[in-house]
Amino acid sequence: MIAVELGKLLRSRRTWVTIALVDALPTLVAVLLAVTDLGPRPGTGPAFLSAVLHDGTLFPLAAMAMVLPLFLPVAVAMAAGEAIAGEAQSGTLRYLLVRPVGRTRLLAAKLVSVMAFVMLTVLVVGATALLTGTLLLGHENTGRTISVSGTTLSTGQLAERTGLALLYAMLSMLGVAAIGLFLSTVVRTPLAAALGTLAVLVASTLLLPLDAAHALRPYLLTRYWLAFVDLFRDPILWTNVVHGVLQQGAYVVAFLTAAWANFATKDITD
Amino acid sequence: MIRTSALTKRFGSILAVDAVDLDVREGDIYGFLGANGSGKTTTVRMLLGLVLPTSGEVSLLGRPMPSAAREVLPQVGALVEGPAAYPGLSGRRNLAVLDAAGAGRADGRRSRRRRIEEALDRVGLGGIDGRPVRAYSLGMRQRLGLAAAILRSPRLLVLDEPTNGLDPQGIGEIRTLLRELHAAGTTVLLLSHQLAEVEQLCSRVGVLDRGRLVLQRELEEICGPTGRIHVRTPDADGARALLDGQVEATTSTGLLVRHPDPGELNAMLVGRGIRVEELTPERRTLEDAVLAATGAGSDRVARP
Repeated sequence: MIAVELGKLLRSRRTWVTIALVDALPTLVAVLLAVTDLGPRPGTGPAFLSAVLHDGTLFPLAAMAMVLPLFLPVAVAMAAGEAIAGEAQSGTLRYLLVRPVGRTRLLAAKLVSVMAFVMLTVLVVGATALLTGTLLLGHENTGRTISVSGTTLSTGQLAERTGLALLYAMLSMLGVAAIGLFLSTVVRTPLAAALGTLAVLVASTLLLPLDAAHALRPYLLTRYWLAFVDLFRDPILWTNVVHGVLQQGAYVVAFLTAAWANFATKDITD
Repeated sequence: MIRTSALTKRFGSILAVDAVDLDVREGDIYGFLGANGSGKTTTVRMLLGLVLPTSGEVSLLGRPMPSAAREVLPQVGALVEGPAAYPGLSGRRNLAVLDAAGAGRADGRRSRRRRIEEALDRVGLGGIDGRPVRAYSLGMRQRLGLAAAILRSPRLLVLDEPTNGLDPQGIGEIRTLLRELHAAGTTVLLLSHQLAEVEQLCSRVGVLDRGRLVLQRELEEICGPTGRIHVRTPDADGARALLDGQVEATTSTGLLVRHPDPGELNAMLVGRGIRVEELTPERRTLEDAVLAATGAGSDRVARP
């Protein structure tokens, strides 16, 4: 079943169009930066963006910081919302279940498929950004990169930390995927599941800067998403990264359990 | 093949299926009748493990459902409430995806191409090109759904309105296909509200009315003789005089006579010089039996 789902994912035109759209934003930014040579003033704009004018190898991180708050979660919410509700809407869910495909197995296959989509998107965005960054942007890379803390990082360190940052971004998206998958087992249409997931995301983004919501802050879905910037301090500031991993892990476990509990005993009447 | 005991499903305050004891035996073509909303589809969904019963039990091929779904369902082919397919994929690709999705026979993978082509041939789609299912007509989708149901040569076929959307010729083809499959040993549970179709195909009939199984018998018993014989004769007056007291009604073409033996009746009439043009034992129709057993369908909402 997992192989079937992955096959469907890779053959689907929608997968590639979505990835291309997500990828288009950082590429556009790279072109604009290269043409105008105008970076954001230090301290403003997405993380790393002022640095990439000098060093294009940092652009994958800038690209990640650009797509992570909205573009990527929207794509993930749509993919996850489609998972069960989409099959139910098209009527194929009942035929899969009487084939038979076990309900737990189907849910697992859908999760793997959504995660594969996330990995694919992150990798494509990262690779494109590395390409556009090195081709179009700063060439002052002398094998050393200035970290966020002002010290220098070797290329090896940079590669290692970029890898960690991409993994961290994927984990953050796994939280979104878990919520989307849960809602996909609850509602009847994929659109409702995707919008519900986005509602959680938007609520979290709105509550985050609100002082009155201070007590809720550590539990908000998006609280630690941009903590991957801390991986580029010297030494690495682990506190928020570790909190983020634990928090996303908790979201994933809670919502996947809820999705399984709901779906395993659900009456399929679509 | 299928046996349920006191099978009940309640959706909130609505009792959709009420203590149904279904009994489909091996080798039956079982016609499962009922008005719209009588609970047929919910019952079938419970048989297949899609809907969980509120109470009661289901046994499919001798094993309890839904707990034995993994062992039982590979031997069951189903068409539940209309066909469904991935609209962007071709018919062949849809069958391949569905076949690959579940575990099955050990040689499932190697024989897949052959089985897909065979199934498509049998439902009359053998020459279909690679166009996506999105571009199929209603009848083609219906045929593709049937192909998916027979793909793994199931022992039991559960078909919900299999001829929906087909033209008369297509309906005839599907009827022939079902007869062939049945002759090869497949048991069929056929859901329908087309009484004529059921009368032509089925050996056994169950009728559901507002969630209750109100009739479950051999078709032969249901449509048995009524004990009356229709006699068409130009000498109606002579016949009436002769059969005094046995004539129950006069029709435009002849007489309706209560008599136990058509042969004897014929011999007697002819012996007395009465010309008999036609002599037919009256039979109960399935329609009479179903109407007698059921009330109005639930899609009729009258004012209180």
